[in-house]
Amino acid sequence: MSETAAHEIAGRNRGGNGRGKAHGEWLKRNGKWLIILPPMLYLLVFFLIPFGFALMISFAETAVRVPPFTDILSIGPDRHIHLSLHLGNFQYLFTDEVYGLSYVYSLKTAFFSTVICLVLGYPMAYAIARTSRSTQSVLLLVIILPFWTSFLLRVYALEGIIRETGLLNSALLWLGIIHQPLKIMHTTVAVYLGIIYSYLPFMVLPLFATLEKLDYTLREAAADLGSPPWRIFVDVTLPLSMPGIIAGSMLVFIPAIGEFVIPTLLGGPDNLMIGRVLWDEFFGNRDWPVASAVAIAFLVLLVGPIAVYQHYSTKQLEA
Amino acid sequence: MQDRISPFLITALAIGIAILYIPILVLIGYSFNASALVSVWGGFSTTWYTQLLHNAQILDAAWLSLRIGVAVSTGSVVMGTLAAIALVRFPVFRGRFLLTGMVNAPLVMPEIITGITQLLLFVWMLNVLSWPHRGFTTIVIAHIAFCTAYVTITVQSRLKTADRSLEEAAMDLGSGPVRAFLDTTLPAIMPALASSWLLSFTLSLDDLVISSFVSGPGASTLPMVIFSKVKLGVSPDVNALASLIICLVGVCVLIAGYLMRRAEHERLRDAQLAER
Repeated sequence: MSETAAHEIAGRNRGGNGRGKAHGEWLKRNGKWLIILPPMLYLLVFFLIPFGFALMISFAETAVRVPPFTDILSIGPDRHIHLSLHLGNFQYLFTDEVYGLSYVYSLKTAFFSTVICLVLGYPMAYAIARTSRSTQSVLLLVIILPFWTSFLLRVYALEGIIRETGLLNSALLWLGIIHQPLKIMHTTVAVYLGIIYSYLPFMVLPLFATLEKLDYTLREAAADLGSPPWRIFVDVTLPLSMPGIIAGSMLVFIPAIGEFVIPTLLGGPDNLMIGRVLWDEFFGNRDWPVASAVAIAFLVLLVGPIAVYQHYSTKQLEA
Repeated sequence: MQDRISPFLITALAIGIAILYIPILVLIGYSFNASALVSVWGGFSTTWYTQLLHNAQILDAAWLSLRIGVAVSTGSVVMGTLAAIALVRFPVFRGRFLLTGMVNAPLVMPEIITGITQLLLFVWMLNVLSWPHRGFTTIVIAHIAFCTAYVTITVQSRLKTADRSLEEAAMDLGSGPVRAFLDTTLPAIMPALASSWLLSFTLSLDDLVISSFVSGPGASTLPMVIFSKVKLGVSPDVNALASLIICLVGVCVLIAGYLMRRAEHERLRDAQLAER
């Protein structure tokens, strides 16, 4: 595509024939669409439009056929197009309490994991921001490396530490701190540990980005005016790093709500997070309409946090 | 001026890094354990690695994952670079807001939702268009959609800082805009393209959730095979496989990081030279 475009334009510059010139003019005016349209159409078709399908199927009924749901639009014997919207799936979400409970449980788990990540990640990001430039780039790489490493494999690696015969229990037993191995696997604690372990880099990186740009002369000014260190932190550092806190929190909170791998591998039967319910509805019960309805309801709940994140991340980019 | 970093901060950083790395290091250590009992150390051995080479299921899955990874990273570098050029070079066009949203949304969208919605699309397409069959093709299409987002963001930030004077000079000398871009700016952003290719490759290689939804019978990627094995518990051959993948991903990320850093150094040096 770019090859031909280049030839056309080269032809125009050499004062080519009339047809080439017309092409050149056309390209000059509309050429940018050759760049914009491929990614635009691709993401439209394979990312955005699928949400429309989920919305549509959430109004369908389950049926024993391939694909396993009824048509919403149909042409009846009277040749009119019939639109049948079935609200039963959404009603079902409210009547069967497993959905409501798993939503609340996911929100709760994501919220507390985010808070713990923030408490752990803030001093880390702050420490990195205070080191010299060359140390910074090494430390950042150290944080980024696990960020890119497979979630699945890291969760699996964590299992090796916390299971009954794992490193943690062996070490504690050897030290004589405990006399019975702790049961961490398949409990709520394991789910929290998994989320914190997996998402900590997501918190540290945006926090570092704001803390690095922080104007340290403001802190010195506050210190000169007699503020004790904790007041400087509360009055100066904390408010100035708010964009990083919000971006980091959203980057942990949003994916943590939808987490599937961690509650499945580390959690027990009562750690029913919404991602797990969705997965079971889809692969276990094969109820696509209800799964679509769960996904749509979940998405509606996520719009708020995603909007907050987008707002603050664009603000941070502009700064 | 950098003043002293308090011992508290250093301890916090050390603990944080230890939390991130100890499980991975322990996993790699245990992959060389001769004993089949995962909790007992039976001496150093590479048995589990040699066993991997004889496991047809894992080899097939690895080959599929590698092919998907190469196709995905190539496709998303093309898509992502075009999107980045569009967003950086054309400040006003119809649908700019839409494109920005579609580029950023996959970064925060839970994979499980993306996976379900894409599966529904593919099912409809297969019914109506008899294409694509679920497997390699659908996984590649689905992965490109979310990898494009990462490529766009990486290339976008590089393109914003790229010097346009060479490109303008080429146009003054009679090159068309496309030729001028290909001859001047493209080589300058090449490190960003190379590193986003590597990052897309690792993202695709790691993905479990989206692949599980959009894949069909007979097409199991490496993470899908690992997941089904891990559900049964810790096993020594998974330790070996996981260590290999972690090292491969680690090398990709290190190379990507090195390329970006070198490009950044060159840019800063050029900027300093230009100021003199």
